[in-house]
Amino acid sequence: MGKTLAEKILSVKSGSEAKSGDIVIAKVDLIFVQDTTGPLSVKQFQAAGFERLANSVKAVLFLDHAAPSPGHELSNDHMLLRDFARETSSFLYDVGEGVCHQIVAESLAKPGDLIVGADSHTVTAGGLGAFACGMGSTDVAVALGLGKTWFRAPESIKVALSGRFPDGVYAKDLVLHLIGRIGVDGATYKALEFSGDAISNISIPERLTVANMAVEAGAKVGLFPADEVTRDYLSTQGRKSHYQPLFPDDDAIYEQTINISLAELQPTVAKPHTVDNIALARELKGTKIHQVFIGTCTNGRLDDLAVAARILKRKKIHPETRLVIAPASRGVLMAAMGAGYIQTLLEAGAIILPPGCGPCLGLHQGVLGAGEACLSTANRNFKGRMGNPEAFIYLGSPATAAATALKGEITDPREVM
Amino acid sequence: MLKGRAFKFGDNIATDHIIPGRFAHLRSNLSELAKHVMEDAAPTFAARVKPGDFVVAGTNFGLGSSREHAPLVIKIAGVSAILAKSVARIFFRNAINLGLPVLLCETDSINDGDELEVDLKASTIWDMTNGNQFTFSKIPEIMLRILDEGGLLPYIQKYGSFKL
Repeated sequence: MGKTLAEKILSVKSGSEAKSGDIVIAKVDLIFVQDTTGPLSVKQFQAAGFERLANSVKAVLFLDHAAPSPGHELSNDHMLLRDFARETSSFLYDVGEGVCHQIVAESLAKPGDLIVGADSHTVTAGGLGAFACGMGSTDVAVALGLGKTWFRAPESIKVALSGRFPDGVYAKDLVLHLIGRIGVDGATYKALEFSGDAISNISIPERLTVANMAVEAGAKVGLFPADEVTRDYLSTQGRKSHYQPLFPDDDAIYEQTINISLAELQPTVAKPHTVDNIALARELKGTKIHQVFIGTCTNGRLDDLAVAARILKRKKIHPETRLVIAPASRGVLMAAMGAGYIQTLLEAGAIILPPGCGPCLGLHQGVLGAGEACLSTANRNFKGRMGNPEAFIYLGSPATAAATALKGEITDPREVM
Repeated sequence: MLKGRAFKFGDNIATDHIIPGRFAHLRSNLSELAKHVMEDAAPTFAARVKPGDFVVAGTNFGLGSSREHAPLVIKIAGVSAILAKSVARIFFRNAINLGLPVLLCETDSINDGDELEVDLKASTIWDMTNGNQFTFSKIPEIMLRILDEGGLLPYIQKYGSFKL
């Protein structure tokens, strides 16, 4: 009987025939933590009595959520993680290097890998065909010590994509549309597996955006096949040898199939305070926006900054709207500088933050005031998410964000392109 | 037997509501962090909750961020179990790993303030206020064993690894 992508990877990593519903113990290839979950992982690792990392494990620590640190408590947490990295010879990406999921995609994740991270958006690496799964600090601490963890092999939902994105419509609109259809618990405990004739036209940065938000429908993983697009991306990253083709079997069994025609999608926005509360951008025209935020593991990549720069070139943002931009990594920031995007965005009135996560989770930078509304390219719009329970968060694509910054109200990007 | 009052919440209570990101600087100071438990869902919860009480929720409790501090501050607040119609995946594992029971059951008939009694062994919940009695669904065997040991660390210390 054929296997889904999730079953294939879990079968290899557990050395068993993993079918959906089975509980398996699987060997983990890459384990990572970030600076708001890592300190608890370190404490649990030590409390469990582990003295060293499992031999087989590649462990990486990221200082990205509070980067650079806004206060002494978080600075102390950073010190604890730097010490742990030194003691265990694990690799640490310090403040300024960027968002963990972006760096994992750029430099670490391989098709077929089993990855666990102490961050829910670990699912992002599913865009490269890795079974990448978010977990809590204690699960990750035990995985660091044992080199393995347990999984319930998930049922998979097939999302079959056809056609091409129309002008002004992007991967973000696709994933918001999907979550709007199935709901914020529409894929809980399950895998979302993307396929269909559109896949070969969907770039890795776009796949990462879609896989990133799989967790916003409750999914354990969001998986794309590894194909020639994956091979070319890894090759560009100097990681050609990391490629292996990976596809589900033709006779794999899916719990259900959802068909989406990309040509029928329109710029889509999630309204406060849940990600499945979607509307079309044009239906929200007139909604005043005080701050626009472009960045995060969802949409802080070079292509995202390119779209925003194209819309804002030789223009000024609305005088009553702030535009805050955080490139997802040092590599993204440098490439955007080289391409002139940063110059264009600064001239348009943007504020450029260092690579990191701060504004997305309300930790620091760009915290909203009471009653203020933000259009963000991030993945969550829960009440209080950006630091103030009396603020309102709308989610959209970088194009919708740039168009909104220009007009000061939610704007369908096709109006300004 | 667990006994306490029900604190009733709706659907889709995110870990951001349970312990918001703006308190990330307190994550290594758990007693301070715990003063903000459930702050963006019920601002008076931390002041009113007593040891033994229950968090009773609708669907998809604990969605969002993987922060284990969410079930951790609920546990520190003295909550003896979470009752919900459904619970998000990462939160589910995190709570069990900390030895905090998560019981999946129909919660519509439970009202805020009801006195509850829960028998974990018999999978039974009594609502002493309205007289209802109901059961909760079984959780996977491996999670049950972790819960029985009081959490993942005691489990690993006892068995040395995962046992299927």
